[in-house]
Amino acid sequence: MAQIKLENISKKFGRQTALSDLNLDIADGEFFVLLGPTGAGKTTTLRLIAGLDAPNAGTININGENVNEYSAAERDVALVFQYYSLYPHYTVRQNLEFPLRSKVRRLTEQDISASVARAAKTLRIEHLLERKTDKLSGGEMQRVSIGRAIVREPRAFLMDEPLSNLDAKLREILRAELKDLQMKLGATFLYVAHDQVEAMSMGDKIGILCDGHLVQVGSSQDIYNRPRDTFVATFVGSPAMNLFDATLSNGKAVVIPGSLEIPTSGEAMNHLRERAGKVKIGVRSEDILLDSSGPLEGRIHGVENHGVEKVVTLRVGELLLRATVPARTVLELDSPIRFAFNDKKLHCFDAASGQNLIFGD
Amino acid sequence: MAAVTSKGQRLWNRMLVATVFVLVIVFLAPLYWISSTAFKPRSLATTVPPTVVFEPEITPFIKLFTRRVQMRGEVDPEVYEEAEWYEKRVLDAGERFIKDADGNIESSGYWSRFLNSIIIAVTSTFLAVAMGTLTAYGFSRFRMPGENDWLFFILSTRMLPPVVVAIPMFLMYRAVGLVDTHVGLIILYTAFNLSFSVWLMKGFIDEIPTEYEEAALVDGYTRMEAFFKIVVPQTATGVAATAVFCFITAWNEYAFALMMTNSKAQTAPPYIPSQLGSGITDWTVIASGTFLFLLPVAVFTFLLRKHLLRGVTFGAIRK
Ligand SMILES: Nc1ncnc2c1ncn2[C@@H]1O[C@H](COP(=O)(O)OP(=O)(O)OP(=O)(O)O)[C@@H](O)[C@H]1O
Ligand SMILES: [Mg+2]
Repeated sequence: MAQIKLENISKKFGRQTALSDLNLDIADGEFFVLLGPTGAGKTTTLRLIAGLDAPNAGTININGENVNEYSAAERDVALVFQYYSLYPHYTVRQNLEFPLRSKVRRLTEQDISASVARAAKTLRIEHLLERKTDKLSGGEMQRVSIGRAIVREPRAFLMDEPLSNLDAKLREILRAELKDLQMKLGATFLYVAHDQVEAMSMGDKIGILCDGHLVQVGSSQDIYNRPRDTFVATFVGSPAMNLFDATLSNGKAVVIPGSLEIPTSGEAMNHLRERAGKVKIGVRSEDILLDSSGPLEGRIHGVENHGVEKVVTLRVGELLLRATVPARTVLELDSPIRFAFNDKKLHCFDAASGQNLIFGD
Repeated sequence: MAAVTSKGQRLWNRMLVATVFVLVIVFLAPLYWISSTAFKPRSLATTVPPTVVFEPEITPFIKLFTRRVQMRGEVDPEVYEEAEWYEKRVLDAGERFIKDADGNIESSGYWSRFLNSIIIAVTSTFLAVAMGTLTAYGFSRFRMPGENDWLFFILSTRMLPPVVVAIPMFLMYRAVGLVDTHVGLIILYTAFNLSFSVWLMKGFIDEIPTEYEEAALVDGYTRMEAFFKIVVPQTATGVAATAVFCFITAWNEYAFALMMTNSKAQTAPPYIPSQLGSGITDWTVIASGTFLFLLPVAVFTFLLRKHLLRGVTFGAIRK
């Protein structure tokens, strides 16, 4: 198994910069999730590591060895593509055998069929083995794609949104299976996710990529609780973090003078007491507490029922805030309601740079 | 198709059907003429108006493959008695075979010309398609400076009518000893077809997502292995369509074959009309030679018809 290290990687496509000065360190046996909006450069990162594209600058190391000049075959990593890449003129079995039949491996027929059987069993595609791949459903195709990666024992697995075309239920099952598989193999995974729930639930470590920059790397708790800037704060979490402008002065963050003011005496804001000027305040929806004795007052603007919980939109002046409350809470549209912020969990960002002022470095 | 069609549309459809019908007749009539003449007795070949109903016979084909002379006078009944069935047919027509000293029937040049045609057309088609596919793959997958200029250059080799270069080609061929050789015509036809093959194949290969080969590269294959294992099977349709077009071009080529060959490597197209001159023209023999000449293309096209249909509509049908 392997450890992967990217140093100062830049990649341009013509004038378009896909990655700029990217540093990434993935430990041996780690499940690393790369998360980012569309066009962030996630696929590009995987293609560079797999050896399908060459970086304009920087080095790629696998197990401490510079592999920049290695061909894709020599790098010995497995890649699951974002879009189907099953060989359409082959059956599922032939697709699974394909990587094993490469000249670089020289396996016996017995080894090949044993590996195929094992992978097919893991992914529950045994009944599909003799089927042509163009006669499979999207979900089945994706399982076969994953199967083609796990039939051999590569140094690392690179997966580009392998679960994106599945229904929610199957996705959940496969997510658990993949995680299981990774633990069992002790393999290094670099996994691209589009969906933050997937990232949060699977990743030992998560890297947030935006416009070709790695914005933050950390555990899912880190990313969720200590977002480095407003991009991470709003990109991760559902519903998205409430973010609003405020002015710091005299130990208070004034959002709406007179009606929405937050004292900086609370735990989180404590060391911002000396600061003055424009900032952005961030509050997660679950950190807005409906409380009849709370210091703040608003009106109920809307209610969405999400099953186990409700998401309430509160209106204070022009400002809309979203709060998560238990489903059984009785709420009446347009009625006044009192609430409080959980002052241990408030975030404060620089208005201009978007950097987190509380957890920033 | 909409279930309800307006009156105007129906009229339009009928006109279309009628036009297609007329076109089919226009195209098939000569084909019918040549095929039927190939099976006619000589006396019916040139009747006015043309004979439509007749008893088909195989005599023209027997004549096609053999050398004969016109007989003067009646046939010796003893000779007739001993003759094989095919010889009788010829004797019936008032001709007899030319035989060598051992009594073997001398064959006409047709069969060897036909073989030449097959060897030259098949080899040049294979070369044009193989080289064209590789070249097209390179143009499709790799970026290089002046790529479009190169492609245009390749196409430009087809912009002059080939006859323009006929005389310099002939002089060059004579200088290097390629006149009347199989290799000479193969090179010539491969060169004719190559630009067409590159352009057509590039269209097909562009349609294949690069992910397929990239997956193979990651799976431990070289670029060449990926090309043969993934790209070639994927583009079977394109190869088939290109091969049919190249084959037809090489098979039918007349002008260069006439100029560059005279016996050893002569193909069927210049040979067939060369028979017009000798003696009184026997149209049934010409027709049977032409009829046989039409068959390979028909068979080849028929075998690959599925691919051809997709080839003609390529880009329109996608998974
Ligand atoms: N072959 C290419 N030619 C030109 N530009 C490219 C190419 N591949 C990627 N790009 C550009 O590089 C940027 C990053 O692309 P990339 O495919 O890595 O994004 P991504 O994070 O995988 O997005 P998605 O979530 O939509 O898959 C995009 O702006 C894209 O347009
Ligand atoms: Mg992508």
